[in-house]
Amino acid sequence: MSAAVAVPMATGRVRGLRRGTWGMWMLILTELMIFGALVGSYFYVRAGQHPWPPAGIEKPPLGKISIATVVLLGSSVPMAWAEWAIRRGHVGRLKLGLAVAWIMGAAFLANQAVEYHDLHFGIRPTVYGSLFYTITGLHGAHLLVGLVMNAVVQAKAWLGKFDGQRHHTVEIASLYWHFVDAVWILVFSSLYLSPWLLR
Amino acid sequence: MTTTALPVVDEDVVETAWRDAPGLIGFLTSVDHKRIGVRYIYTAFIFFFVAGLQALVMRVQLAEPDLHVLGPSAYNQLFTMHGTTMIFLFNTPVLAGFGNYLLPLQLGTRDMAFPRLNAFSYWVFLLSGLFMFTSQFMGKAPDGGWFSYVPLTGKTYSPALNIDFWGLGVIFLGISTTVGAVNFIVTVFKMRAPGMTLNRMPVFVWSILVMGFMILFAVPALTVACGLLEMDRKVGTAFYDPLRKGSPLLFQHLFWFWGHPEVYILLVPAIGMIATIVPVFAKARLKAYVWVVTAVVGIGFVSFGLWVHHMFATGLPSQAMGFFSGASLTISIPSGIVIFALIATLWRGTVRWSTPLLYTIGFVSIFVLGGITGVMVAVMPFDWQVHDTYFVVAHFHYVLVGGVLFPIFAALYYWLPKMTGRMLSERLGKWSFWIMFAGFNLGFFPQHILGLLGMPRRIYTYPAGLGWDWLNMLSTVGGFLFGLGTAVSLYNFFWSRARGAPAGPNPWDGDTLEWSLPSPPPHENFAVIPAVSSRHPMWDGVLPAANVEGGGVDAALERQTPITEGMDTVVEDIMQVPEETYVPFLSALGVGIVFVGFLVSQVTVIVVGVVLAAAAVGVWTWRTAEDIR
Amino acid sequence: MTLALLLAKAPSALDPKGPAARDLAHVFWLMVGIATVIYVVTMGLFVFGLFRKGERPTRFTDHAFIVAGGLVVPSAVVLLLAVVTIHTTHRLTRSEPNALQVEVTGYQYWWAVKYPAQRAVTANEIHIPVGEPVDITLTSVDVNHSFWVPELAGKVDLIPGKTNLIHIRADHPGTYRGLCAEFCGLQHAHMDFLVIADPPGLFRTWVADQAGDAPTDVAGEALFSRLTCAGCHTVRGTPADGTFGPDLTHLASRTTLGAVTVPNDREHLAEWVQHAQSLKRGSLMPDVDLSPDQLQAVLAYLEALK
Repeated sequence: MSAAVAVPMATGRVRGLRRGTWGMWMLILTELMIFGALVGSYFYVRAGQHPWPPAGIEKPPLGKISIATVVLLGSSVPMAWAEWAIRRGHVGRLKLGLAVAWIMGAAFLANQAVEYHDLHFGIRPTVYGSLFYTITGLHGAHLLVGLVMNAVVQAKAWLGKFDGQRHHTVEIASLYWHFVDAVWILVFSSLYLSPWLLR
Repeated sequence: MTTTALPVVDEDVVETAWRDAPGLIGFLTSVDHKRIGVRYIYTAFIFFFVAGLQALVMRVQLAEPDLHVLGPSAYNQLFTMHGTTMIFLFNTPVLAGFGNYLLPLQLGTRDMAFPRLNAFSYWVFLLSGLFMFTSQFMGKAPDGGWFSYVPLTGKTYSPALNIDFWGLGVIFLGISTTVGAVNFIVTVFKMRAPGMTLNRMPVFVWSILVMGFMILFAVPALTVACGLLEMDRKVGTAFYDPLRKGSPLLFQHLFWFWGHPEVYILLVPAIGMIATIVPVFAKARLKAYVWVVTAVVGIGFVSFGLWVHHMFATGLPSQAMGFFSGASLTISIPSGIVIFALIATLWRGTVRWSTPLLYTIGFVSIFVLGGITGVMVAVMPFDWQVHDTYFVVAHFHYVLVGGVLFPIFAALYYWLPKMTGRMLSERLGKWSFWIMFAGFNLGFFPQHILGLLGMPRRIYTYPAGLGWDWLNMLSTVGGFLFGLGTAVSLYNFFWSRARGAPAGPNPWDGDTLEWSLPSPPPHENFAVIPAVSSRHPMWDGVLPAANVEGGGVDAALERQTPITEGMDTVVEDIMQVPEETYVPFLSALGVGIVFVGFLVSQVTVIVVGVVLAAAAVGVWTWRTAEDIR
Repeated sequence: MTLALLLAKAPSALDPKGPAARDLAHVFWLMVGIATVIYVVTMGLFVFGLFRKGERPTRFTDHAFIVAGGLVVPSAVVLLLAVVTIHTTHRLTRSEPNALQVEVTGYQYWWAVKYPAQRAVTANEIHIPVGEPVDITLTSVDVNHSFWVPELAGKVDLIPGKTNLIHIRADHPGTYRGLCAEFCGLQHAHMDFLVIADPPGLFRTWVADQAGDAPTDVAGEALFSRLTCAGCHTVRGTPADGTFGPDLTHLASRTTLGAVTVPNDREHLAEWVQHAQSLKRGSLMPDVDLSPDQLQAVLAYLEALK
């Protein structure tokens, strides 16, 4: 059985997802399940009680958070632009895009801090508060990690590590950034919108 | 059957490029998947023997009615730690260990996709195991049962640290399991040797791939279940507190959303082992490979529809529970396909009666019975009788010992010669098997009857005169016999290290790529990457892929290995296998310190841990592919 | 009467004494029958495969074999069992009109029992009329428990914040052991109860007795109320109105103490009052330090609570 084995040859071009990208996608998959389990818990607990939020707690105000949501989701645009730019070798645009995205993410986080301060219910007295703060807090922690990753990529860009051929790290960091933005849609629609939309 | 045609190269020269530092430094810094895999297996087996001794102490307490060998507190700690250790610290990691060791060898590559992450996941496993066992030395071991139902495990009814060791330890360990799963999946998709298309992948690799995906979907629910438990305990939130509108049942849903798939997370790789071993010892190709692989994938999917069958007695609406009852019955179909494919394989071959095959006989004969009682408890109304009784204890031991432990022993006898270079004693192996087989059935079959006679689980003693006495005595005697059987294998292991015959590259005439290598394999695995053209490369012949980018000796000398594209295995890139490094160990240590900080509620400790972990991860991730090429 | 004499038999699910348990025993034996056939045939094929030599042709193709054994047969069995499941579930969860209503509440580690319509209260002992349907609603004040009388029916959990329901009926007079089947802490092993099926006439007398207040003007009442006892236990018709422990209004009419831990006789009662923690470590009942005179007075009082 020594017939010639057709050995597929390298084409010199990466065709599939790269290792790091695969790894990040798998991490995102499992993270999505964490948020899924939490949001599932939210609706499970909620299904058993009326009114929701419980008496004495107002429905979550939508004003500032809607703007913050637009800012956070919008931050994916400069991030995508930065990634697009480095593919074409524009390191300057990469730095700019990263910085704009960073500022938008940080603004969202600051707004969350202000909202925590303004809200008049605590994490302990009702399960509503426990769910609200735990889920938004976990999202905030993810965003914080995203900001750190963004800053590290920015630093590497300044050190001249990236060019048109070498920028895999940017792709991975940007993938995570988009995930943190996207999962906010899930969190926002469950925790903020659903009390208004579903009775 | 032709033999391999891989070229002979001077292994010593190549291995110099890969050799670990000697002694403790090498131990702490190695990223070699084989060292890590073997270490996983040995560590898990230490936990296995500890948990086994715990079980024997419990069996002494239950041997006769109204005994006072143990008080209720000690007993509750023992059964909690026995279950927790067996599931979390033995079964899952030992299978991950085999996966770590075998995946690159069977795929024909030089290491895992993320070698340092691999080391990290081992260190997290070890540290989380030590974390949980610290409680035992303090006499404060978890005592809420391995599924730790609230409200019993809430702060009100369990104020001490016992439960925190469990809740935090489980989350901590989950990090190891999760990154390990990511590593398995990416390795399977990116590291296969040229020519190893998906339909040529060894069935064990398939099973590890399915296990990996199941882990990614299931473990988050466990993490959330325990995370909310610890939030309730440490922060004072209201998730599980009915007085503040929380829901104790939420914990059960979350826990079993992981807990049921977990049984199959263990079973699937075990099936992969059996489906690898049976054909080799039947000297026949696995029949219906596609059916078996489809069944394994099917088990992965269906297992997520079963979790409520652990909650049939909780008074949920019976229509909803009917659905889960149906789904639970359905899992018998893919399991049946696997069993019949094995039988069909045996029919086409001629059996060689070696120890690994004996253990596969143990698997089939015990697991089928466990599966049958599993179908029984899936019939919801019948479950109302036997739920939380010794019938269920017997059932899941038939599934887990028959379905997972016997395959693990089969795998040990099959692959340990590859790992150590020495054969185990066949004579001792056969003794060990028959003693384990007899002891197991004597120990656990009577428990079915005990459950039907009304004996609930988790009682530390029972009154005389209920007709339970002699069955419990039988069970205790059987338990000790079973323990003796495992001890014979332990002795066999040490015997083989000292006196075992040299194994040679392929002592069993196995069909997969690991048998093309010397035993133990050199550090770089393949000096020349093989090119695969069959599902059974060792039986059908394998050629070197030296002309492939990254496949030749020159690449091996540079610690490089090819990366292939997921589907048709075209080489698309070269991976630089990292040098040995402290960062995985230090990162794991940092994370461990964070968990100790949570345990003792000390912010300073948490901060120290975060700083250490962040620094280590920073060093780890600072140098990336952009710097190397 | 000692405990051993009273209950010298297994609370066996296979020795049913009521319609629910009987249905379940039938389901069990049906499944054992099917299981035996499947197991014997599968193992036969397996062993045949082990001892068979060489690549001789068989009558079936491999795929037909695998499809038959792994797909067709299990599917047929699963379908049959699904029908059995639906049918039996329907029978067991059907409410009967005019069922006797009983409320059982789980505590670590005992059972409070109420008959709301009859205004009767007791603990760890549930009397029911033979041949009549009984609906038991179940909840818990602390942790999860599970209500299980194997000879009469399956089990249902008691979960705080949730109310569950189980239907039972006994077809024969007798005493049936019930057990807590969900791990509930230190003394999970000593959280049993008795279901006593009486002829209907006898039951009505019993329940009327249990509804009444304690006999008045009994010696020792003042002492009982003055000691710590009254902080946890209720004796209706007296100042004692604690709610942490079982209602003791008719303690002397019960057969056991400490949730079927020891028989209810003078010797064990004395031990229970003074050394509950030795008999059942971790129960809420403390060791009570009494002088010999006080002890005799308390015992006399408790034994008068008929």
